[in-house]
Amino acid sequence: MYSYNAFDTAFVRERVAQFRGQVNRRIDGSLTEDEFKPLRLMNGLYLQLHAYMLRVAIPYGTLNSRQMDQLAMIADRWDKGYGHFTTRQNIQYNWPKLKDVPDILDALADVEMHAIQTSGNTIRNVTADHFAGAAADEIADPRPVAELLRQWSTDHPEFQFLPRKFKIAITGSPNDRAVTRAHDIGLRMVERDGVAGFEVLVGGGLGRTPMIGKVIRDFLPQEDLLPYVEAIVSVYNILGRRDNKYKARIKITVHENGIEEVRNQVEARFAELRAAFDGIDQKLLADIKTHFAPPAFKDAPVDAFDAHRAANPAFASWSDTNLTAHKNDQYAIVSVSVKKHGQTPGDATSDQMRVLAQIARDFGHDELRISHEQNVILPHVHKSDLPAVYQALRAADLATANIGLVSDIIACPGMDYCALATARSIPIAQQIATRFDELKLEHDIGPLKIKISGCINACGHHHVGHIGILGLDRAGVENYQITLGGDGTETASVGERAGPGFSADDIIPAIERLVLGYLDLREDADETFLQAYRRLGADPFKAILYPDQQKAA
Amino acid sequence: MAKAFTPKVVTANHLLEGDVIYMDVNQKWVRELHQAHLIEDEAQADAWLAVAAAQPWQVVGAYLADAKSSAVGPVPAHFREAFRAKGPSNYAHGKIEQDQVAA
Repeated sequence: MYSYNAFDTAFVRERVAQFRGQVNRRIDGSLTEDEFKPLRLMNGLYLQLHAYMLRVAIPYGTLNSRQMDQLAMIADRWDKGYGHFTTRQNIQYNWPKLKDVPDILDALADVEMHAIQTSGNTIRNVTADHFAGAAADEIADPRPVAELLRQWSTDHPEFQFLPRKFKIAITGSPNDRAVTRAHDIGLRMVERDGVAGFEVLVGGGLGRTPMIGKVIRDFLPQEDLLPYVEAIVSVYNILGRRDNKYKARIKITVHENGIEEVRNQVEARFAELRAAFDGIDQKLLADIKTHFAPPAFKDAPVDAFDAHRAANPAFASWSDTNLTAHKNDQYAIVSVSVKKHGQTPGDATSDQMRVLAQIARDFGHDELRISHEQNVILPHVHKSDLPAVYQALRAADLATANIGLVSDIIACPGMDYCALATARSIPIAQQIATRFDELKLEHDIGPLKIKISGCINACGHHHVGHIGILGLDRAGVENYQITLGGDGTETASVGERAGPGFSADDIIPAIERLVLGYLDLREDADETFLQAYRRLGADPFKAILYPDQQKAA
Repeated sequence: MAKAFTPKVVTANHLLEGDVIYMDVNQKWVRELHQAHLIEDEAQADAWLAVAAAQPWQVVGAYLADAKSSAVGPVPAHFREAFRAKGPSNYAHGKIEQDQVAA
């Protein structure tokens, strides 16, 4: 993975020193909150309901064991012994004290990490397929390009005050695990005539106005990527609305101006910019690529894996749900569920972080990933090591066999932490997971993505959940709306609202009714919830959710 | 007819700790909602808020929150203020934790 050069190191240290001075001036009264707030937000520091919150970037979700150990150390020393992995492949600390934050940032800089541009109207942490560099279906590892985008966008002087925040996602695989169609720019690697390039999507996004990204270029040669992305952001910077915060994202710019007009302006700007890129970006990219060379895969028998599977049903069940095909068939990608039934989705204790770091060192070529689904990935594990990995995970309460199932729920922090939330998310996720664990049905139910947001901003991706849940404040009471049929993959779609919302007490039985009802509707055990929904449409699912209305009608 | 005034408390976050705080009857900052002063006279509310706003070295984001009177002091009028007053529901952290330490 990428290692900082002298420039990166000096830049990050300088930013920490600047922020230390800013915090001191805020505490001694030289800066007002109005003056300080934009400075702290540029460094990822929010003030939430109960405390400050520090959002730390995990660039394209990749980290090594030393970095994971440091995240654990920070959790113990300056927070409450845990961290929260987010849908943007970041980690959030919920309880830092203001005076400690510069020290935390220095500790992050010690392991080549930072919190820069994790807030504000800037280009945010570039997110990527969490199986990048490992997946069997991948054309090429997208992370060198993601790192190039990180370097280019960090402190880019033209793009520090965009109309609104700007999120880029990238995948090197035709199977989209990075929700690229719900990003301001989505980059999907495709091949044409044996040459890899990118399908470029623009204007996707969730929030109060969900939109699926539109194709602005169906095939962009790799060497044109940086000037083309710069052209898009540059056009948006001029064309994007600054008069209304809710109409400021590029999805609205594309919607109001039309994709043709945006494309014409981007192509014109690209023609100007292309000449200014004299190849330095390609030299940089070539250097970055050397950091992402595949690990030295071992060549050894995998019999131990098969034997253990046959002998240990719990291990077999876990390997059925939590493993994904690796490009090296002696290897597997391990998805570690940070979603034990009843636990807070995405929360890992410092002890769990250290266990994951140790497993990565012992069995994982020192690589870890954070997924947008709030789980931790060990991208390269030799199959003969899987029994040992499973044992180590089990001992740390990290061996829940539920990846992709009903209890593998995305949930934003909601009103338990977030100042913007209109209702809680976490307890709803905990209760749904606990209930389906009691029913012992989740493996029969099969692949099902439930995603929960505690407000309309949709950090919990509810619009692209097969079942989405949106928590709202209705006349001073928490109320939960259900959306159906959303999909965040290459077949992306925005879920449709099912009908009136449910109270906090009624939402869990409603979800249970809906999922059990699906079992009666599906053609066979292989037809997933989403497939059944697409075949049958919304009506039979609405009838299950609202039985009284059906009787009345 | 003018809408009836909903009683208020002055609340903010502590600058250094980030913790939720309230203004008591002596215009000092306290941690517990039930120790706060309940402003029942609409004419006084802005003056109380101005006292908080004049202390930027101590507090962040002061505002008037709806509250109700009770035998034990002010109680929240909305669930958001209830969560601010008691802490998150998934762990005994924040005010719940502090109360356990104090007890």
